[in-house]
Amino acid sequence: MDYSKYEPVIGLEVHVQLQTKSKLFSSDANQFGRKPNTQVNAITLAHPGTLPKMNKKAVEYAVKMGIACNCRIESLNCFARKNYFYPDLPKGYQISQHTTPICVGGYITISVNGNEKQIHLNRIHLEEDAGKSIHDAVDGFTCLDYNRAGTPLIEIVTEPCIHSAEEAFQYLTEIRKLVRWIEISDGNMEEGSLRCDANISIRPTGSSELGTKVEVKNLNSIRNVKKAIEYEIERMINLVESGQIITQQTRSFDATNDTTFAIREKEEANDYRYFPDPDLVPFFINQSYIDDIKKSMPALPHALKSTFQTHYGLSAYDAHQLCEDKHTAFYFIATTNYSHNYKAIANFILGPLKQHVNELGIDFEKISLLPQTLAGIIALIDDGKINFSTAANKLLPAIINNNDNPAITAEKLNLIQVSNEDAISTWVQQVINAMPDKVNEYKKGKKGLIGLFVGEVKKISKGKADPKLTTSTLEKILNEQ
Amino acid sequence: MEVNKNLVEKLAHLSRLTIAENEMPEVINDLENMIGFVEQLQAIDTSDVQPLMYVGQAMNVFREDEVNDEITQQQALKNAPLHTDEFFEVPTVIKK
Repeated sequence: MDYSKYEPVIGLEVHVQLQTKSKLFSSDANQFGRKPNTQVNAITLAHPGTLPKMNKKAVEYAVKMGIACNCRIESLNCFARKNYFYPDLPKGYQISQHTTPICVGGYITISVNGNEKQIHLNRIHLEEDAGKSIHDAVDGFTCLDYNRAGTPLIEIVTEPCIHSAEEAFQYLTEIRKLVRWIEISDGNMEEGSLRCDANISIRPTGSSELGTKVEVKNLNSIRNVKKAIEYEIERMINLVESGQIITQQTRSFDATNDTTFAIREKEEANDYRYFPDPDLVPFFINQSYIDDIKKSMPALPHALKSTFQTHYGLSAYDAHQLCEDKHTAFYFIATTNYSHNYKAIANFILGPLKQHVNELGIDFEKISLLPQTLAGIIALIDDGKINFSTAANKLLPAIINNNDNPAITAEKLNLIQVSNEDAISTWVQQVINAMPDKVNEYKKGKKGLIGLFVGEVKKISKGKADPKLTTSTLEKILNEQ
Repeated sequence: MEVNKNLVEKLAHLSRLTIAENEMPEVINDLENMIGFVEQLQAIDTSDVQPLMYVGQAMNVFREDEVNDEITQQQALKNAPLHTDEFFEVPTVIKK
């Protein structure tokens, strides 16, 4: 089938739980994993006479995200009631920003196959999360846990400007990285801190009209979002190609076989009867508030990535890898205060140090090796006293947890490379004597064998022979003979 | 605005109310009166007036992000007509 005849059009709605201590409009705790109905109070449970009051921190976090996404921050913020009949919110309505989202427009830059693309945002607004309904615990009844009810959320809505599953994947990866980077959410999809609904349609390539859309819910990992979109695009194209009609539906993703299935047909748009919430006082955000927040924020990944390339001369790949996580990026910067061998710092962080944290299953933040100790290791490599692999495999494990002096430890462990020409000549001669056949082949022109000889010298010197000097000595002796 | 049976049924559904057939004429009449009253207000030209989102004068009333005022699970469930030891209960809201 010719899939290139169609262009997929995707818009994503991402809900991010903000990691405030308390809820959006009340002072009960905002935590994951507590016993049912133990983090509630009279406001969350909608007891008569209670009034919601805005959490200052939630506003700050939403503004942070707006700044990170290049949005315009709305000065006058009001809240509306979104009325719906479902017991997951005891009030009978959700408090949300309807006409005045806190952040308007903006974009997130993603990179797909090495090309950068801006994903444009429609809005980011603040709203409260609903409680959890459990349908299968008691026969004939739905059980409700209101611990999550009232948790602060931001909903990030893109324009319908995403055109492939891969772009959606990269966009979500970037959102998760950003919310962790500016520390407004843990971004954990399995625990529901980050949730995504995808609106998907297809249209003939070149057309500017939007086709009938399907909304896919219950996507609990970034990988599943990608799989669900891939499946939907194929399903829709097959429908159209076989002369059938795409109907507007809400569908759910089935992770057991990577397909989607319809959960409801949309007969008419929901009528939420929004109106301004008379209980909540509007708030006004001025420019100095925005400027203060901006000043308090760390450099953002996209900006750092380009600094790493222009200022430190790193490759685009290394810069991208370092900016996958804030702690890794800032560890790199911290180390540049002690060493100017930027490429070596990047190699060490992205190689052995990443491997170390992955093996222990810890965050880079938890690494005990100090940047100055790493710089000390790199200085030994720069001075030719130790090679990269010995540094990574032998010296690093010895000092990663205690930050002992790298030079003294390398000496103690007998790791310092021998750059003494006599010693190296002796090893070289030994190798040449032991391999007369290979030496002949080399002389007949199989120059690639030099690597084998260097390896042998490395072996008998127990890794201590300076590889540069070894190579030059080998070449000298072999070419003389 | 014309209030007909369809509109009343739609509104009743949104509010989960059941309106009997014999109540219909009265409800339609009442609603028409109410809407007619509001329609009088729409005769006023408000094109230069910002929509009023909030009636009070207060602005920027914030709460510090602190945890207090929590109640216990037992207190939370006490007034619910239906509950288990841990959960509030309502009649099943989705069909299996």
